Amino acid sequence: MDAIFLQVLNGLDKGGAHALIALGLTLAFGTLGIVNFAHGALFMLGAFCAVSFNKIINLQQIVLDPTRKTAWGTPLEIKTPYITSWLGDFGNVLIDYSVPVSLLVTIPVMWLIGVIMERGLIKRFYNRPHADQILVTFGLAIVLQEIVSHYYGANPIPQTAPAIVAGSANVGSWIGLGESVVYPWWRLVYFGFSAIVIFAVFAFLQFTTFGMVVRAGMRDREMVAMLGINIERRFTIVFGIAAVVAGVAGAMYTPIFPPVYNIGMDFLVLSFVVVVVGGMGSLGGAVTAGFLLGILQSFASMNEIKSIFPGIDQIIIYLVAVIILLVLPRGLMGRKGVMED
Amino acid sequence: MSDIFKKPVSRRTVAKGGLASILAAGAMPTIFTGASHAAYCNEPTGGDVTLGFNVPQTGAYADEGADELRAYKLAVKHLNGEGDGDMLNTFKPSALKGNGILGKKVKYVTGDTQTKSDAARASAKRMIEKDKALVITGGSSSGVAIAVQGLCQEAGVIFMAGLTHSNDTTGKDKRRNGFRHFFNAYMSGAALGPVLEKEYGKERKAYHLTADYTWGWTQEESMKNTTEALGWKTTKTVKTPVGAGDFSQYITPVLNSGADVLILNHYGKDMINSLTQAVQFGLRDKQVNGKNFEIIVPLFSRLMAQGAGEAIKGILGSTNWNWSLKDPASAAFVKSFGAEYGAPPSMAAHTCYCQTLLYANACEMAGTFSPEGVVKSLEGFKFDGLGNGATEYRAEDHQCFKDVLVVRGNQNPTSQYDLLEVVEVTPRSQVEYDAKIFGGDLGPVNAKPC
Repeated sequence: MDAIFLQVLNGLDKGGAHALIALGLTLAFGTLGIVNFAHGALFMLGAFCAVSFNKIINLQQIVLDPTRKTAWGTPLEIKTPYITSWLGDFGNVLIDYSVPVSLLVTIPVMWLIGVIMERGLIKRFYNRPHADQILVTFGLAIVLQEIVSHYYGANPIPQTAPAIVAGSANVGSWIGLGESVVYPWWRLVYFGFSAIVIFAVFAFLQFTTFGMVVRAGMRDREMVAMLGINIERRFTIVFGIAAVVAGVAGAMYTPIFPPVYNIGMDFLVLSFVVVVVGGMGSLGGAVTAGFLLGILQSFASMNEIKSIFPGIDQIIIYLVAVIILLVLPRGLMGRKGVMED
Repeated sequence: MSDIFKKPVSRRTVAKGGLASILAAGAMPTIFTGASHAAYCNEPTGGDVTLGFNVPQTGAYADEGADELRAYKLAVKHLNGEGDGDMLNTFKPSALKGNGILGKKVKYVTGDTQTKSDAARASAKRMIEKDKALVITGGSSSGVAIAVQGLCQEAGVIFMAGLTHSNDTTGKDKRRNGFRHFFNAYMSGAALGPVLEKEYGKERKAYHLTADYTWGWTQEESMKNTTEALGWKTTKTVKTPVGAGDFSQYITPVLNSGADVLILNHYGKDMINSLTQAVQFGLRDKQVNGKNFEIIVPLFSRLMAQGAGEAIKGILGSTNWNWSLKDPASAAFVKSFGAEYGAPPSMAAHTCYCQTLLYANACEMAGTFSPEGVVKSLEGFKFDGLGNGATEYRAEDHQCFKDVLVVRGNQNPTSQYDLLEVVEVTPRSQVEYDAKIFGGDLGPVNAKPC
């Protein structure tokens, strides 16, 4: 029972990341009809926003100590973060909370990147075949990866969660299971964060006039344009939102998975499977499939399951995707007519 | 005008001429062509000699590759008599003169392995065929090392391996033209054994998470043999896909497995992720079977320790060399490398620097660049003054035997580089083994012209 509960939690936090990426992908596809293979790179850029923020607030004043030498004979450098010198204890708090605080920077930066990407490149491919879109966005992803690799190196850069949520929560005692059932606090925070972001995006699209126009545009773009609404401008904003969702997902994931330049690719393929299984263009489908496949993958990794089906953890997602698409060709919640031409 | 220009050219004449040209140009046996003048592959004819440095310049091990390349460039500089000479001054017995190799100036070309066997073979082939490299050296993965070693054997050039830790490199996949200075998985296990017994006792239950490829398998086998010989029980061994990223689904079963030790047979990004996540899951705060839960990482590297951050503190592992060693050779290398690049060298850089010096010295000793002479010089070569104490290139398998360092993640680092503290220097005698146990056959040396 303990093992099953832990795998459900694993699936939820893994599913949270997949759902957030798939949500952005679906937003871009549902509104703009763009198959964006650079979406994983946006997740990676978000993660590196957190890394950059951390580096900036950790900028250090270097004082050379001539009385002490390094092993290669130069004077030893004594380093103190500027922010601690300027703000004292508050500076230390900022350093401790650098990952969540970095969202204040990540959101505008990712918004800008999304808008520039859409206006500068993506809009030129609206009326081109999906194969062209895939090629150009995949190329863009590789370019972004290599730029990040050039400046940040190829090694993962660890980020720490705030000290208050650095350890593990005794979740077993909360629900009457054994005390050995523990789960990292930050992963629970991440799951809660995913749920909030998903809810916010849905609420924005469901309960605002802007969202209503976007939903109408997703149904019938030409009709909305004929009503005199500048749907293109709204779609640019939607692409920006998709980039922000991917970016904040990446930034908050850094304490779980030390960011590295190709982290986006690890998520991209699975997220596309999530989008297809959920139903192309369906936001609800993307979120449901994200959590469903995350939990399935976690269960398939249990030793008891793997002893019966060796290697099942590596193929379960694709196997289930094939079965779902055979039974429901449009995915779990796919709409008629989407990508069926 | 001569008759030849007046005579009409028939199709038969053209065909004859064409055939003759084709034969002359390439289809004839090489003994009748220019290549036949060389006694062995890429025999240098001018005033310089080219070494081929095949390291990961892109991909997951690019940082390690960059450090290897720094070390190679430094070694070339010192071989050519520039700079402070570094370990050339401590290495003994040395035939190196600081005037290149056999009086020829050392030049180099580089290749990018991308940590992929096919890409590594392609770049090594290019350096041998196009750049006329006499020796190929480098790499940060056992899969790559074994693939390139095989290619060098076929091509008839020497391969001086960089960072490769699998038993197979000098075990079942060993080749006469290949040499490894780096230690291996068996040695890690043998070195760690006594320290594990001392620190954690004889009654432990170990759970292994293992990278699913040649290095991971041999590392797991070596650690399992070592710990079971101590009296430990192996609770479970689980293979994890290389580059799994999120290891949470592999770590959660450990929590209730009854194991009180987790052995992470992972390297690189996998090690960083699995260790970080194991610590996040509270494994190090757990008490199981009345004992503190412990994590062991058999192969450590400072560059990887940097990636794991706080999680590495207090974790036991082994390493080929560490910059904090105080012997004169290590101090000279750290001083020279640090002055040049502003940071201490990694163990990958150290082994690559040593391999370059060892190759150059073997040529000097043999008085030739011929693979036959180099192999003869290196087989059974005993040396000191390269930072690992007394060392021997064993003739039976071309594996270097030397002391092995058992290290622990530093609890109180004094700088960003001060990440590992040396717990014990395990003497060579304790990590030695019979060359036959890993099988394989060196075969004959390939010194044919290419």
